[in-house]
Amino acid sequence: MPSAKKTLLINALLVTTLIFSACSSSKTTSSSNSENASEQRNNQPSIAELEEIYWARIDSSKMNFTEADVKFMTGMIGHHAQALIMSGLAPENGASPQVQTLAARIINAQKDEIASMQTWLRDRDQPVPEVHIDGLNLMIHGTGMDHSNHMNMAGMLSQEQLVELSEAKGKEFDRLFLTYMIQHHQGAVTMVKTLISTDGAAQDEQAFRLSTDINVDQITEIERMKLMLSKIESESKD
Amino acid sequence: MKLNKLTKTGVFKSVWIFLFSAALMTYACSSTEPMMDVDYTSPTVNSLSNVDSPTPDPRVGLGAGLFDAEEAIWNLNKLSSTPPPEAFLGVTNSDLAFKGKYAIQGNYNGVLVWDISDPANPVLVKDYLCPASQSDVSVYGDLMFVSGEGLSGRLDCGTEGVQQAVSDERLRGIRIFDISNIEEPEYVANVQTCRGSHTHSVLKDPNDDENVYVYVSGSASVRPEEELPGCSDMSPDDDPNSALFRIEVIKVPLSNPEMSKIVSSPRIFEDLKAPPTHGMSPADAIEIEKARKAGAFIIEFNGQETVVPDRFVAQLMTNALGVEGEPTAADSAALREQLPAIVARMFGGGDGDGEEDDRGGPTQCHDITLYPEIGLAGGACEGYGLLLDISDPANPTRIDAVADSNFSYWHSATFSNDGKKVLFTDEWGGGGQPKCREADPMEWGANAIFTIENGKMKFQEYYKLPAPQTSQENCVAHNGSLIPVPGREIMVQSWYQGGISVFDWTDPNNPVEIAFQDYGPIAADRMANGGSWSVYWYNGAIVSSEIARGLDIFELEATPYITQNEIDAANTVKLDYLNAQGQPKFVWPKTFALSKAYVDQLERNKELDNAAVKMARQSLANAEAANPKVRKKILTELADKMDGMASDNEKVKMLAESVRGLASNQ
Repeated sequence: MPSAKKTLLINALLVTTLIFSACSSSKTTSSSNSENASEQRNNQPSIAELEEIYWARIDSSKMNFTEADVKFMTGMIGHHAQALIMSGLAPENGASPQVQTLAARIINAQKDEIASMQTWLRDRDQPVPEVHIDGLNLMIHGTGMDHSNHMNMAGMLSQEQLVELSEAKGKEFDRLFLTYMIQHHQGAVTMVKTLISTDGAAQDEQAFRLSTDINVDQITEIERMKLMLSKIESESKD
Repeated sequence: MKLNKLTKTGVFKSVWIFLFSAALMTYACSSTEPMMDVDYTSPTVNSLSNVDSPTPDPRVGLGAGLFDAEEAIWNLNKLSSTPPPEAFLGVTNSDLAFKGKYAIQGNYNGVLVWDISDPANPVLVKDYLCPASQSDVSVYGDLMFVSGEGLSGRLDCGTEGVQQAVSDERLRGIRIFDISNIEEPEYVANVQTCRGSHTHSVLKDPNDDENVYVYVSGSASVRPEEELPGCSDMSPDDDPNSALFRIEVIKVPLSNPEMSKIVSSPRIFEDLKAPPTHGMSPADAIEIEKARKAGAFIIEFNGQETVVPDRFVAQLMTNALGVEGEPTAADSAALREQLPAIVARMFGGGDGDGEEDDRGGPTQCHDITLYPEIGLAGGACEGYGLLLDISDPANPTRIDAVADSNFSYWHSATFSNDGKKVLFTDEWGGGGQPKCREADPMEWGANAIFTIENGKMKFQEYYKLPAPQTSQENCVAHNGSLIPVPGREIMVQSWYQGGISVFDWTDPNNPVEIAFQDYGPIAADRMANGGSWSVYWYNGAIVSSEIARGLDIFELEATPYITQNEIDAANTVKLDYLNAQGQPKFVWPKTFALSKAYVDQLERNKELDNAAVKMARQSLANAEAANPKVRKKILTELADKMDGMASDNEKVKMLAESVRGLASNQ
């Protein structure tokens, strides 16, 4: 992991390059990407050179991160993994069609986000947590972090709560699933808030985007789940 | 077809032909030169119910590459593909706005201004370095507005980011530039907002020429109060000034933009209790009817009819009726009768309109599409699609809201030109995830089409990119615009690395793809962020902002599903500027292209019979070749005939009106 100082140095270098390039490239003409056109512009980089610059810049932009970003990604992978366990129970436990749809969406969305976060860490040569799910048991390998670190994250269900959920059926499952998933999602929102209130964090475009997308998606789902839950609760009062 | 009834007899046709010939002879006699029928060519037109999309779909299995990816293209011509300038390379290209001959492309590093007067050779006239995500851009008059949301945007446009969590150097909100000389934008003002600006929409009040209004949508977390006083992310119940559950409206004095400020924060989500699902789609209803006829058990669940799965029926037979083994017809009848009561016991009865313990509804909007000519806006706001009345620009009010259990995240809206339909997109996964894989449901991350009836939105159908993409390609419904083909709703839309899809949604129940373009993934072995962020029609050009690859410009190719006449008619619409979130009302000048486009559509949809189509085409061709005086006569005659044939057919009336307008222009 680069120290804060190193990150700044890399940033400064990148900035210098950007400013230099900006000056040298302002007010230039551009043209189609055909070979001929690019050959005609002698002072312009060729398509092959542009491609090289593109990948070099993508690579260097990956170095603009802090420990808080890494901690967020690593933690959120474990956090998402528990949502997979919870959602995986829905079909077996007789959830209503609405809750099953919701659970299927959570699985689809959070699996993809786990993959994105793993890629983000791998691209930055950070330890990549691998998720193993065995029934209600979640195992995270590859980070050297112990199990209790995951369970301490905001919104995580205790093992007792997971067991309680796994034993609920039908309408009671729906109620409990929504209640616990709201709690779980609120934890993720808290984690995003912690990230962005940390100095130097989420300056990286991908980290900002991933955390913002998680924030927005989960807030949206929380509102949807609150509506579903209040409906269930008002029906059971009848 | 009503018209076929009128014209179906041969006698009737002969009468028309006779009258027509007589009319021509009259012209010939009154003119000094003999009048002959001129030659004309008829385009081939085919029904949209039978589009010959290429099979297998060439978008599947395209080879990867940044500037050398394989490409599939159908019914579009690519005019140019221009990489970004070096300083902006490898940094996300975002949304587009247009002014005069310029396309303005947002980029997370700033703004690029392209002269697109020759779409085959766009010329970069300014690259303005001023980093901020997402750099969504809009224009009005001499002003340009740019959104800043990310944490690294700086007031001074510096590229070093902002390392401190609380800093007076950070810009999150709207930057305002003077672009009276668009090749040298001048940064004149900022308006800081609590959540930054993910996107924004510029509203010109038809009754106010001195100000414009900018509606700001922010989706990121609320800034700390120490950074921007007054920002609070508490629930509005605890803090009435909460930045949640509201949008921001900035009033911009056009002659004094540095005086721009937030004038209101309408809480357009207040007391929102929309149903968690949309109504049944027509296709669903047909399925239910089919199932009912086949003897399936149907229950009403959450106000919507649902087929009871067989497994559940078997359980009910055993548990509720105590039936063991194969149920008899009597058992089935008993179950049918008791089903509503059983369902009510199991799931609770009533329509569930109980009191809310928690504040429901969205906390913000992603995008608001303003359509001032009809006084409406479409708000895509987290879990809801909203219809807003914007006749008072500073105080928009909600007139309807829909939710949809298939929709994750309402992203943006596009109205039909007549304002009777609206299409919402669902940016499931935020645009960074691959949501177009084979196994991803076609209702998720799609468009939803609604009709607007008496201020209420009524769901009709979904449309999703039909070509499955790889898991290395971020793909979901994203930005697009209408193509102004008169008499039809045709939209061109970005699907990130899913490419560009052009589809017809004139029939809201049956959207049909008629053209596309797609590149292979940026990288074969990993997900690299790329694809078309937005694509818009602007004065005949279809301009796409490619996240990684730069600026692509296309034009439509004539096909039996969209003829050259229809394309020519679309290209008669000239816009002075375009902001995608401010929808312009298209008005078509009365041209031969317009009338011919309507004739093509009447033939395609078989709303006029062949003889009438032929007659109309011949008349238009003769008129076009004639001198103005004769032309006027021929056109007036044709308009009269079409009015006579129109009965209650709207399209024939539109043709008659366009021909009459053409006549009066002579």
